[in-house]
Amino acid sequence: MTITDETIDYVGILAKLELSEEEKQQAKKDMSEMLDYVSKLNELDTEHVEAMSHAFPYNNVFREDVVTNQNDRENLLKNAPEQKDGCYKVPKTFD
Amino acid sequence: MDLMSLTAVELGKKIHAGEVSVKEAVQACLSHIETYDKEYNCFVSVDTERAYQQAEEIQKKMDAGKLTGPLAGVPVAVKDNMCMAGSLTTCSSKILSGFVPTYTSDAVLKLQEAGAVIVGKTNMDEFAMGSTTETSYYGETKNPWDTTRVPGGSSGGSAAAVAAEEVPYALGSDTGGSIRQPAAFCGVTGIKPTYGRVSRYGLIAYGSSLDQIGPLAKDVTDCATVLEIISQYDPKDSTSVNRNDNHFTEALTDNVKGMHIGLPRDYFTDGLEPEIWDAVYHAAKVLEEKGAVIEEFDLGMVEYAIPAYYIIASAEASSNLERFDGVKYGYRTKEYTDLHNMYKKSRSEGFGAEVKRRIMLGSFVLSSGYYDAYYVKALKVKAMIKQAYDRAFEKYDVILGPVAPTTALKLGESLSDPIKMYLGDVYTVPVNLAGLPGISLPGGYDQSGMPIGIQFVGNAFEEKKIIQAAYALEQTGSYHRPKKVAERRL
Repeated sequence: MTITDETIDYVGILAKLELSEEEKQQAKKDMSEMLDYVSKLNELDTEHVEAMSHAFPYNNVFREDVVTNQNDRENLLKNAPEQKDGCYKVPKTFD
Repeated sequence: MDLMSLTAVELGKKIHAGEVSVKEAVQACLSHIETYDKEYNCFVSVDTERAYQQAEEIQKKMDAGKLTGPLAGVPVAVKDNMCMAGSLTTCSSKILSGFVPTYTSDAVLKLQEAGAVIVGKTNMDEFAMGSTTETSYYGETKNPWDTTRVPGGSSGGSAAAVAAEEVPYALGSDTGGSIRQPAAFCGVTGIKPTYGRVSRYGLIAYGSSLDQIGPLAKDVTDCATVLEIISQYDPKDSTSVNRNDNHFTEALTDNVKGMHIGLPRDYFTDGLEPEIWDAVYHAAKVLEEKGAVIEEFDLGMVEYAIPAYYIIASAEASSNLERFDGVKYGYRTKEYTDLHNMYKKSRSEGFGAEVKRRIMLGSFVLSSGYYDAYYVKALKVKAMIKQAYDRAFEKYDVILGPVAPTTALKLGESLSDPIKMYLGDVYTVPVNLAGLPGISLPGGYDQSGMPIGIQFVGNAFEEKKIIQAAYALEQTGSYHRPKKVAERRL
């Protein structure tokens, strides 16, 4: 499958990645080779097969919504690249 | 005597008997890391101070009779994708530089409760994406058998640390072979448990429907002992399974009489190195002599596992790695114009090439217009792979095969051709897709002296059968050490 520049730009938006021109060319090549390779799956007739997300059946696990951990704001914020007044600091998003 | 030449269980016995103090065990471990890790680079971080502090606390508890388990006081290393409160956790990625979790992954917690001393965090492929440990932001790990070769991956640091006797055992994680393949490449033993057996709480996610934590150690006994400790129900992981059949050490019996072992004919193709082929058939013969019933059969679906895996794993990775945005933890780019530009630049500068490759592929196969053709198709193929195993386990107790088509490759040979590298996962990946348990143990050496791995795969939650088969096979050989490690004591 041929991957166009438009596709790479679009996938870059979805992936929140900003690729350099060189990286884009490489990504085009890598992705089209990979998609050619995985197209091998089309050899299989899967029309009557149900898609399986987990190998075993799982049921929803319910529990009472009880708080068991403590407020760890200070330690959590220590990991933030930037913080202000006990909150994460991000670039201005609206005026 | 060199305490690090012992297995974890042997060292545990000496500590319990009072022949060795916890501090002495930790001292031996840390001094080996200090001396030998310069050459192999198995560790991302080592916390000496905390290790001694833990040693003191554990010794007190042991003296008071509060810790009676087999691994109390024994040092361990943990792959750097498992969170530990107060310790650096990087996933060997720049984007998590400086990240100090506020909570501890459940598997590590279970080890701590059993009296384990965690000495450090081991190197890995960035976000566990790779088969060589060369994609780490913190430099490649080298194979202790031959430092011009890779240790395998992604748990390469854990496998190499055990082989180099820097630690008695380690935890790794396995999404498509990341415990079993490095175990094979480094001549140690590793178990990938059934999906749901070990809690994934606190394991930084790569492919959530495939990831499992498991042990890497010198022998089957150590692996079974560790697995018994870490596989407990955890309400914090909604896929954790509540069972009471985790007494894996009961399966350590040298008895395979009447065990039905299947050998998939379709595993043996041109891509498999002849010496590995021979090693697997040799293992079959050994087990047959011990009374097992060996039969060749066609497993089917073998060549479809890798394409299905890379679609599913990349899709899950692209979703799981959305959380790394330069806001909550880790790396943030220095210059940016607005919020989205900050996200994009932080991620682009923080992730390495292989991680970006998989995020791009994953985003594509999940995008509208392609979702059904790729992602749903792969989930259907996954169902067919599971069915192939279901049919096999109607007839066989365990499946015997290789771990990888080659022994450890030279450093720098793999990354330029991703598809070729992915093909090396042909014997490990289907096991993750079907959620099954697998064990990798040494089964001989090739002409250049590199270890060959043998794999047993079991039906879901039948770890005991693969442990039993592996233990019986192990009794016919002895644990070998890399030449340089063996020479330390001459």
